[in-house]
Amino acid sequence: MRRVALTVNGTRHELELEPRELLVYVLRERLGLTGTTVGCDTSSCGACTVLVNGESVKSCTMLGVQADELEITTIEGLARNGELHPVQQAFHDHHALQCGFCTPGMVLAAVSLIESGEATDEPAIRAGLEGNLCRCTGYHNIVKAVAAAAGVR
Amino acid sequence: MAITESIQTVVGTSVKRREDASLLRGRGTFVDNLTLPGTVYMAIVRCPYPHARIVTMNLDVARAAEGVVAAFSGADLAEDWKGSLPCAWPVTEDIKMPPHFPLATDEARFQGDGVAVVIASSRALAKDAAELVEIDYEPLEATADVEKALEDGAPLVHSDLGTNECYVWKLETDDFQAALDAADVVVTRRYFQPRLIPNAIEPRGVLAQVGPSDEVTIWSATQVPHILRFALQIVLGYPESKIRVIAPDVGGGFGSKLDVYAEEALAIALAKRLGRPVKWTEERAENYVATIHGRDTVHHLTFGATKDGKITAVKSEATCAMGAYLQLVTPGIPLLGAWIYSGPYEIPNYSVTFTGVFTHTTPTDAYRGAGRPEATYVLERTMDALAAELGMDPLELRRKNFVKEFPHTMASGLTIDSGDYDASLDRLLELLDLDSIRSEQEALRAGGGAQQIGVGYSTYNEMCGLAPSRILGAIRYAVGGWDSATIRFQPLGSVQVVTGTSPHGQGHETTFAQIVADQLGVDLGDVEVLHGDTAVSQLGMDTYGSRSLTVGGVAIWHASQKIVDKARKIVAHQLEVSEDDLEFANGSFSVVGSPDRAMDVKAVAFQAHSAHNLPDGMEPGLEATATYDPPNFSWPAGAHAAVIEVDIETGDTRLLRYVAVDDVGTPVNPMIIDGQIHGGITQGVAAALWEEGVYDEDANLLSTTMTTYLVPSAAELPSFETARTETPSPTNPLGVKGVGETGTIASAPAVINAVVDALSHLGVTDIQMPATPERVWRAIEEARQ
Amino acid sequence: MIPAAFDYEVAESPEHAIALLGENEDAKLLAGGHSLLPAMKLRLARPSLLVDVGRLGELSYVRDGGEHIAIGALTRHQDVHDAPLLQEHCPIVAYTAGLIGDPQIRHRGTIGGTLAHGDPASDLPTVILALDSELVVRGEEGERTVPSAKFFTGVFQTAVGPAEMLVEVRVPKLGASVGWSYIKMSRRALDWATVAVAAVVERENGSLVKTSIGLTNMGATPLRATAAEDAAAGGASIEEAAALVSDGTEPSTDYAATAEFRLHLARVLGRRALAEAVAR
Repeated sequence: MRRVALTVNGTRHELELEPRELLVYVLRERLGLTGTTVGCDTSSCGACTVLVNGESVKSCTMLGVQADELEITTIEGLARNGELHPVQQAFHDHHALQCGFCTPGMVLAAVSLIESGEATDEPAIRAGLEGNLCRCTGYHNIVKAVAAAAGVR
Repeated sequence: MAITESIQTVVGTSVKRREDASLLRGRGTFVDNLTLPGTVYMAIVRCPYPHARIVTMNLDVARAAEGVVAAFSGADLAEDWKGSLPCAWPVTEDIKMPPHFPLATDEARFQGDGVAVVIASSRALAKDAAELVEIDYEPLEATADVEKALEDGAPLVHSDLGTNECYVWKLETDDFQAALDAADVVVTRRYFQPRLIPNAIEPRGVLAQVGPSDEVTIWSATQVPHILRFALQIVLGYPESKIRVIAPDVGGGFGSKLDVYAEEALAIALAKRLGRPVKWTEERAENYVATIHGRDTVHHLTFGATKDGKITAVKSEATCAMGAYLQLVTPGIPLLGAWIYSGPYEIPNYSVTFTGVFTHTTPTDAYRGAGRPEATYVLERTMDALAAELGMDPLELRRKNFVKEFPHTMASGLTIDSGDYDASLDRLLELLDLDSIRSEQEALRAGGGAQQIGVGYSTYNEMCGLAPSRILGAIRYAVGGWDSATIRFQPLGSVQVVTGTSPHGQGHETTFAQIVADQLGVDLGDVEVLHGDTAVSQLGMDTYGSRSLTVGGVAIWHASQKIVDKARKIVAHQLEVSEDDLEFANGSFSVVGSPDRAMDVKAVAFQAHSAHNLPDGMEPGLEATATYDPPNFSWPAGAHAAVIEVDIETGDTRLLRYVAVDDVGTPVNPMIIDGQIHGGITQGVAAALWEEGVYDEDANLLSTTMTTYLVPSAAELPSFETARTETPSPTNPLGVKGVGETGTIASAPAVINAVVDALSHLGVTDIQMPATPERVWRAIEEARQ
Repeated sequence: MIPAAFDYEVAESPEHAIALLGENEDAKLLAGGHSLLPAMKLRLARPSLLVDVGRLGELSYVRDGGEHIAIGALTRHQDVHDAPLLQEHCPIVAYTAGLIGDPQIRHRGTIGGTLAHGDPASDLPTVILALDSELVVRGEEGERTVPSAKFFTGVFQTAVGPAEMLVEVRVPKLGASVGWSYIKMSRRALDWATVAVAAVVERENGSLVKTSIGLTNMGATPLRATAAEDAAAGGASIEEAAALVSDGTEPSTDYAATAEFRLHLARVLGRRALAEAVAR
């Protein structure tokens, strides 16, 4: 077991973890933050995407112990005082989710993409979401939502 | 009888979804998010061979491992099953239906067949211990090829059956062969539609607990909580009344969660044995073997036609893989397309034969479209082949054969209630700008460069809104196709709607509230829609086959009418007028000619509750249930086109445009309709260009993860262009048809037709799905010779 | 999905990491983890000890080394892509780093990790090879420099010994007379290359002075298309040289393509990469 400290959504947590506990399971099962989901086992689907020090990362491909002293943002940490983050709001306005299972990862990947300045047009948005799979929406409305949130026509 | 007049306010508008509030915040209640105190975790040991005798099994080491609570073989649990995992559709009288229990006992019949189960205090320890189960297998011969499985000497999946043939089902009009023989032109083509792996992003999972008096509660990532409850009684023996099935938030299904699975029965049996809640969540690699697959059929499609392009006969002969066992609807999937082999065309002579075949593979079952994409693919590909044979424009050939008048009773016996297929195609052509595409194609061909483009069409119809119960009975489906709604007006004016459908992304909470808000004249915010828990929703037939709106939504409409009728009686009584003197609009009953004499429907609800002044003999309360059995299927239809770019040196393809015109009847929520169409199109496009579940010749699954089975991302796809035409369905009072599967039904042939069109100048006439770069390259090379 | 159990140590320095590797035969270095962890989650790899070097910030850098640009082994793909020094002096490396996987992977994966992993289907190894780079390996006895031609020795095998660590990659500064191209064909954007070709050409007065062609996923290691390179050096045209790109390669057959198709693709992409490099 190893003692680590993770700051998640602004709250510092001191945890004792087995090395093999993946960050996604630490978030879901140790901290009860079940918004981050698990969709695959080959780092393909991106459903588990969170922000680590502000950048999108697939939390299934990181050990909890690797996140020691890092700052993590999960979907639960996006809304402020009950108000949705602009990307969340855009997803709602543009019907960019159906079953919602891939949505937290998709939203955080989009947040990271926009904040990095790379969401410049539709092809860039589509390329930037290459690591996030959705089976319900066909991506059409997701791309519209991200473009709207990024202020792209 | 007075007619309810309600001014349409929210039906037909793109109301944003109330489901989003929790899902966007990460507050979804997917099964893997749930635990109960004392929960233990189940891991299934699965046979690594495609076919094997289980010679010996030693569980001692596994049982002694850290955290392990118990471990069982299939034989250990044999007494727990009162019946097989059910197959609800014995399609013929002599169908072979081998038993199928949650764990194999002496023979495993496909790679992934469960043979043992280990239960431990954590998911990780259960997985570790599962590796410690020692099994001696004797590998046996196996086949995954649906045609080879029928040859003499083929390895048998169920040796006691003496054959791999499961059934032969046939529908044929009188004197069919004579009609085909009389045709001027006969065109026959063979198609293989590969196995598809549904890949809902949420893997399956269950959490089960059994109380001290055998009360069963099971949370399952299922599309079918009602059917599951019924089936669990069959498998486990608990009376349905003691089984509560809860489908919490479910992360997509597409048919793969329309089933009764081994793990659901196992979790309950083990919860009973251990006295603790049992949880299981599928890993993705496990999903690829343990959750049903779609398609895997070989078709021979024949058209007979006059020389000026009137199709007089259609014959389909299909060999359909069942997999190793029959899951809930496995043998019936092809039959769901049995009446779609004439599609939107008027074809007087009709013959469809399905041969179901066992192979040593994961069982097949419903996957978006279930039988109808298969039919539409062979139909729309062969339309292009026939057009080429006749030297006709493929669109002209289609128009010439469209059904023009409705209702239209097909030669096959069912009646298409409504449609306007020319209007769909007209609208498609308006949006497509075919002339520009053709000039660009010509210029690129003349330029001789590597990039070429093509355009392909798919004009389709389909039958959904499953289903009229009498027809289901006639085709031997075990249960019916009705659905139920209960509407309860609470005393202080809020409305609770309980539906028998079970949404998993389709937005029923929003759209059904729209219907009720309009019918009862209340605000959307006053309406709550409940679903998915059999303790709350007692009656229902769940969600699949694009049925929820056309059956479930119509049941809601009918229940609404009952509410309004009862409310009208109360108002008439209290205002001392006759019912005919009342009009109902915007939630208020008013006396015709004296509009100040009125009662708001919410006030009526309170009156019904307090019961101070109700008509003699009237029961208090304002609640109604309607169970609706549709008199016909619904028949959405449309015209789609794909424009594709092909690099003829590398074989790489890129979908440039996809244009879809769909008639789904009267729209309830256009935004949700478009969302369904986008998602449906994407799955058909993916089947045409990327997805393929591959078994090798010894029936080992090669497509084992998401790195080798290719689900496309946003980077692979364009935005779609969608439009609607509308012919309201006369079959139901909402005028609705289904939309959940139309995109998938239409799109694969549109894309392949486009690829073939892009390469037609090189002599290519066909290409196997998915049109991978290598297949495109080889098709070009072969045509060159 | 869940790896087998293992021990875990955080390396306080490269020397500490190397010492831990020396003490444990069954230990592996963990940097970004995006090659190792996927294998461990499928239980295809089961090291008994992971030595986490991910916090060794001193190994994350892009520096001007005079004739070369020095890239620390723990520099993440995203940072390699964004580095102004590389964009200016060795743009093929910056460009190719931006093609690896997806953004999430690029935020964690490191250049050292991908080079030491030795997957012939990875992109950066091919580019490093085509550039005739130098790789700096540190062990218990100190540092040694390995030329890229000797670095990749087999499938998932490199010249890095069991108690050694790759610490730096040195890529040449390409002058204005050098044209380059990396053309990657993959089934989906986030997939490994079915085949990819790197071309680096030195031009002088309109002719090719030097041609380097690297191949991804055409054999057990990244390869140089030496027959094509020699033909180009001998004055062959782009078409003639391209026809030889697949010579000496041994591609495999898998879900994405057969060996035969890969041979064809290598020639087609080789021609395109050469044309693009020459025209840049």
